[in-house]
Amino acid sequence: MREISVDLIRDTVARLAVEACCRLPESTLAAMHRARACELSPTGRDVLDQLIQNADIAEKENVPICQDTGLAVVFAEIGQEVHITGGLFEDAVNQGIAKGYTEGYLRKSSVEEPLFERRNTGDNTPAVIHTRLVAGDRITLRLAPKGAGSENKGALHMLVPADGIEGVKKAVLETVRHAGASPCPPMVIGVGIGGNMELACLCAKKACARDVESRNPDPRYAKLEEELLDMVNRLGTGPAGLGGSVTAFKVNVEFCATHIASLPVAVNINCNAARHAEAVL
Amino acid sequence: MPSTHHLVTPLSKDDIRKLRAGDLAFISGTIYAARDAAHKRMTEALDAGRPLPFNPEGQLIYYVGPSPAKPGRPIGSAGPTTSGRMDAYTPRLLKLGLAGMIGKGNRSRAVMDAIRDNVCVYFAATGGAAALISRCIRSYTVLAWPELGPEALAAMEVEDFPVTVVADCFGTDLYEEGRKPYQHI
Repeated sequence: MREISVDLIRDTVARLAVEACCRLPESTLAAMHRARACELSPTGRDVLDQLIQNADIAEKENVPICQDTGLAVVFAEIGQEVHITGGLFEDAVNQGIAKGYTEGYLRKSSVEEPLFERRNTGDNTPAVIHTRLVAGDRITLRLAPKGAGSENKGALHMLVPADGIEGVKKAVLETVRHAGASPCPPMVIGVGIGGNMELACLCAKKACARDVESRNPDPRYAKLEEELLDMVNRLGTGPAGLGGSVTAFKVNVEFCATHIASLPVAVNINCNAARHAEAVL
Repeated sequence: MPSTHHLVTPLSKDDIRKLRAGDLAFISGTIYAARDAAHKRMTEALDAGRPLPFNPEGQLIYYVGPSPAKPGRPIGSAGPTTSGRMDAYTPRLLKLGLAGMIGKGNRSRAVMDAIRDNVCVYFAATGGAAALISRCIRSYTVLAWPELGPEALAAMEVEDFPVTVVADCFGTDLYEEGRKPYQHI
């Protein structure tokens, strides 16, 4: 068994929180530059210029790209041969989030209960933690802070098998059309197909947190990603929703096994600040 | 061709009538930061017959919940939040003399009608350009409800804050019109 201390987990999560919120991934920045080169609308090009300049300021001054530094979504892959020492894994992740969001001057946007008092927890905990046990003696931590402007515009569509590929395309298109300018386009769109209700949503979230330069390894789904992107960009929503030819940088699709009677489709939208940071311990 | 305007708050009805959907504007002066919780509190104050913490006449509300200021800075990153969440509260404020709002995203029919009927304006700031926008903000002073943290009602001094006119007082909505030339589906 390889030992990994909760202190290392806590400090790594804290570092990833600041890194993800203040430094746009190079691939997302490259996608912005590509969009700037091909956007047809002059207003859209102005918006993209602002976003590129904004990413530059955020990185140089180590300040958040967006004031909504989100709920902290953590994907953790824990090797079965790891022994976590000194405390509990989830406590360490939450301590890391509290530390990163406090010391890094990130906004605390988590309320402890959704309906009555909605009291802010004050340190952006609890994180949303998705843990998988995997082979090996490493821990991979991927932090994808997610703002509410885009998160609020996601949707789950419980289709049936007869709806097929056309049904999936219609569900994605209608969700993005309805989202309009609110999720801060150009966006990255995560689509989860299959599973059941909760698994489709988790697939969509994973797709959303995937890099813009990644492709689904299955060529059929990679082709679907391209077709969906082309369709979405024909909506004309454009940068900041002010009209234009680039509504999304990328559509990422994840799929999984499903029931013989089901075709769940979840759409999780990410904003132009498609942020994530990863570390392997 | 869209025009460019340099505006100083408070705005007069004449200022507002010159604005057309799609125009650019650079705003200077005092604007008021408020989002979900502050709007709820303002509405509760009005229901109880109490005055608002600021005189809304000719003023602009900016929908923003900034990140914390680093030492030596007036404010952290401060881009717009989604305006639609404030739709339920907005028509009442516009009737009280508020000149308009700065935010992002589509508004309800009731808000669009209130903008037209009361000669008001809705501006969009660029969502996601929060670090860039914060450079236009000279000061940030909490006026009410400090316990709301980033949702407190605050006065902000801004200089040449860049915005786009989304809804003008003639009923035009840039979110509807802007996409038409680029929509091919």
